[in-house]
Amino acid sequence: MFETYFPIVFLLLVSIAAGGGLYLLSKFLGRKSPESKYMDTPYECGVEPVGDTRERFPVKFYLIAILFIVFDIEVVFMYPWAVVYDRLALFGFIEMLVFIGILLIGYVYILRSGALKWD
Amino acid sequence: MDWITIVIIAVKVVVVFAVLLTGCAWMTWLERKLVARIQTRLGPMNAGFQGLLQPIADMIKLLLKEDISPKHVDKMIYALAPLAAFIPATLSIAVVPFGSSVELFGRHIDLVISNLNIGILYVLAVTSLGVYAIAMAGWSSNSKYSLLGGIRSAAQMISYEIGLGLSIVVVVLLSGTVNLVEMVNQQSSILQWNVFANPVAFLIYFICAVAETNRNPFDLPEAESELVAGYFTEYSSMKFGMFFVGEYANMITVGAIATTLFFGGWQGPFLPPVLWFVIKVAAFMVFYIWTRGTLPRFRYDQLMNFGWKVLLPVAVLNVLVTALIKLW
Repeated sequence: MFETYFPIVFLLLVSIAAGGGLYLLSKFLGRKSPESKYMDTPYECGVEPVGDTRERFPVKFYLIAILFIVFDIEVVFMYPWAVVYDRLALFGFIEMLVFIGILLIGYVYILRSGALKWD
Repeated sequence: MDWITIVIIAVKVVVVFAVLLTGCAWMTWLERKLVARIQTRLGPMNAGFQGLLQPIADMIKLLLKEDISPKHVDKMIYALAPLAAFIPATLSIAVVPFGSSVELFGRHIDLVISNLNIGILYVLAVTSLGVYAIAMAGWSSNSKYSLLGGIRSAAQMISYEIGLGLSIVVVVLLSGTVNLVEMVNQQSSILQWNVFANPVAFLIYFICAVAETNRNPFDLPEAESELVAGYFTEYSSMKFGMFFVGEYANMITVGAIATTLFFGGWQGPFLPPVLWFVIKVAAFMVFYIWTRGTLPRFRYDQLMNFGWKVLLPVAVLNVLVTALIKLW
């Protein structure tokens, strides 16, 4: 257990150290210019920014996020099934058919209700 | 576990990490050079022979630039986002075997950082962390370009992750294990490569992987012509550089995973295993750049329709057909 996970933790530490090191380096080496009010406005191709960024954005993105959870969990369920498929054989195949069949109903419903429609 | 084992692990980790970062740096050189050649330009020529020292010059330039953190951003999240892009990108290489094993000073050393028994699940888990960096950067920058780039990219990445997962399920079905080292050992000859056993899975994997790494033709999050630089518009200096390194590290990881899953990993005749691994990964990198130089960008609705209405059904069908064939 220790021998398999220790290297990953070590890699994580090396990675954090390298990232933090780069931060510090650019902080010390980077040039500093005097304050300017244009430095603090969001970049909008040189045009004065209009309005706030924190506005509403299309709900479709939210729908995609919800659908992702449903389908990604479906995929995660398939991994253990795939590993032991040799032993499950026909039983496993029929089980998976039923599982995907249920999801297919949901998928058709999503398509029919227009959740994946982009215009 | 004695201290020598710990030293060996430490050396392995540091060497792989250094090679990965160097690979990222010269990946940018290769990309500029190849894209330039595709467009009948010369690309970088001045720094060193054929511009080979260009990555070093770029890095020094990035380090010397002013690290601006504008007042309108959400300080904490804005500062953490580049790290959140950089760290997961370097982590997933840990389970990829890049050689068999060598005898050194009478010790048996496996050429893989960690022979994790849940290998591919770890890769999926770590690579999906990358979406946080993009959402964080997009939201915290408080700029319209960043926000649009961020939400677009987040939706794109999670949409294509499903196809990615499903294509890997097929490989797990074929090999009956989620351990990457065992997968490589099963593909000892070229005829046993998973890419020949199930080319559809490889195709889906590669399309999804390109979309996951936000590369052309799926580079909508950073579509220069409409969103400036997408989610990292407001970043400068090394913070900008770290998003870049993260992206290239992700590309290298995708190439390494594809090599391991579908192309027999480090196995090959005559040449040493590590060299074979590097050659295969490099081939993927060239292919990446080639597609970038050749293909136009998707429109956003096309991208979403393709992901949800084409890739998803095909990938599910592919899993079922593979299972059916295996049943026979």
